[in-house]
Amino acid sequence: MLVLNEVKKSYLEPNGERLPILDVPRFQLAAGEQVVLRGRSGCGKTTLLNCIAGLTTVDSGRIELNGRDVTGLPEAARDRFRAGYIGFVFQTFNLLPAFTALENVMLGMSFTGGRPEPQRAKQLLTEVGLGHRLTHKPRALSVGEQQRVAVARALANRPVLLLADEPTANVDPAHQQHIIDLLRGACVRENVAMLLVTHSTEVAQQFDRVEHLEEINRAVGLAPMP
Amino acid sequence: MSYWKIAWRNMQERALASSLTGLSMALGVALMVLVLVIHQVFVNQLSNDAQGYNFIIGGSGSPYEVVLTTVFHVGKPLYPIPYRVYKKFIDGGEFAQYTDLAVPVCLGDSYSTEDGQQFRVVGTTPDMFGKLAYGAEKDGTEKFYRFKKGGRNFKSENFFEAVLGSVAANRTGLTVGDKFRPTHGISGQGDKHDEFTVVGILEPTGTSNDRALFINIEGFYLLAGHARAPKAGSSLTAEAVDASGSGSETHDHPAPLPEEQREVTSVLVRCKADQLMAPMAVEMGVNKGEDRSAQAVAPVNVVERLKESFLAPMRLVLLVLTVMIVVVAGISILVSIYNSMSERSHDIAVMRALGASRKAVMGVILTESILLSLLGGIAGLLLGHGVLAAASPVVEFYTGITVHAWEFTWQELFLVPGLVAFAALVGFLPAVSAYRTDVAKTLGGAR
Repeated sequence: MLVLNEVKKSYLEPNGERLPILDVPRFQLAAGEQVVLRGRSGCGKTTLLNCIAGLTTVDSGRIELNGRDVTGLPEAARDRFRAGYIGFVFQTFNLLPAFTALENVMLGMSFTGGRPEPQRAKQLLTEVGLGHRLTHKPRALSVGEQQRVAVARALANRPVLLLADEPTANVDPAHQQHIIDLLRGACVRENVAMLLVTHSTEVAQQFDRVEHLEEINRAVGLAPMP
Repeated sequence: MSYWKIAWRNMQERALASSLTGLSMALGVALMVLVLVIHQVFVNQLSNDAQGYNFIIGGSGSPYEVVLTTVFHVGKPLYPIPYRVYKKFIDGGEFAQYTDLAVPVCLGDSYSTEDGQQFRVVGTTPDMFGKLAYGAEKDGTEKFYRFKKGGRNFKSENFFEAVLGSVAANRTGLTVGDKFRPTHGISGQGDKHDEFTVVGILEPTGTSNDRALFINIEGFYLLAGHARAPKAGSSLTAEAVDASGSGSETHDHPAPLPEEQREVTSVLVRCKADQLMAPMAVEMGVNKGEDRSAQAVAPVNVVERLKESFLAPMRLVLLVLTVMIVVVAGISILVSIYNSMSERSHDIAVMRALGASRKAVMGVILTESILLSLLGGIAGLLLGHGVLAAASPVVEFYTGITVHAWEFTWQELFLVPGLVAFAALVGFLPAVSAYRTDVAKTLGGAR
């Protein structure tokens, strides 16, 4: 379902030299599969997620999602592709403060080119236990509730892949497990593959497949560590 | 979710900044509306005031002075013209065949209230209000003077009767039955004349006549200092000068001033409508004839020149000023949105991560700018006309000018679309900023 092939990414340094960040010869993810991606800070985890999502272009290589080469798409097409096929859950939830919980979920539906589905948005929020908080704005929600809205938003467009970038980094251990359960349950329910970046050993231990970026990224070690 | 809703939510989130920005736009637009409407009212007023007659026959001087003093009651009246000039337009006179109506006007007196307000006193005949129209409706129907309840026109035979314009009545407090004494001269410092009795108050006309007091011309002639000295060898004696109340006549029924001692400041002449050449004959006869003691001025032409010479440039200046105000308000939209871009870059990056294209986030920002200007523009239109509606009764009371608050000028049709276009222009800069947002960097740095 997701295939990375000889993906390379580097950044231009102020001194004009290129700093290699990613050099991934091969990485795959099957439909509905849930994989944890681990690695030390600065090893390129977020860059990898951004490349998969099409937020960052790669220097070379191919990233195929559902048989389609994301890297070959022009930016506008990548945006539409991302809206339709990829869900994002961020470390800091990134709910938009001006919008209610329901609107935050529907916002994710607004960029696919199709019509927003309020009923699906309500259903997703109800499934994550927020059926009674639809009209609340993020500032009126607890941290746990905000993350649940973020999960519902990520699943709004029926994606095939959910990218979760350290979704438990900012929550206490009690909430951490709840969020992981929520994500995993939702992905199973919606048949969505998940690539979850985490530093937490407790979280990683719960997954059948754990990938260490240092092992799949040949660029690690070339870049100076922060 | 539409761009409009996203933009509206963003505006709600920054309610104070958005409100202040919209308010500045609304104030600019309201000011522009006021300038446009007041200018139109002023132009209409100018045009209305010069209606109902073809010519003003006045003394030598600038045609502007003739019109300003006779029509608008502004400035020092010109030197009077002989009474025989007026006679040419009546009773089988030289121009009587072309003349439908000739109304003499005598200026030079005033009336001051105790609080220092000053009004012109005009000597004229009852024809001024009985036969002369003061304007026309949009369909061309002539508008004639009407009196407020309980009032009437003064009568030719009652020399010391007076009629007041609506504003003059409001501001002097004089009502029907009251007496007042005009002051000799327009400075307000002259001697007090004999008393006149108010017999009627005019309904508002929206003309300068609303601000004047009209007295019977026969009474005007009998006031001290208004009679011309008889020529040497005349049958009139020196005692006949200032003849009011002389002989066996009483104050109520004095003898009229002999014509030889009369002068008029001007004559309002309405030509016969069925004689197409009548206006030309009058103009040529007065301005090119042997007797050059008077001039015939077509007030419509003078008013048009006044509008072109003074009002058009003034309007341009005022419009430029108000456009600049709106531009400043527009720039405040730019500053407001642009300043918020750094704090909103995170939200924009999130939207991009959710699948929004660069054009989409640019569209949201442009929509916000347009929405702000649209709401500010509509609020400004309502505010401007609301202020006019609120001020209309006061303006009418003090000036006699009727301001139709909900009559829109054609320029206003372009106001809101122009603002929207301008908002799109000023919104472009922050929109480009949104367009260029680096999602990976903004969402926490990519490594």
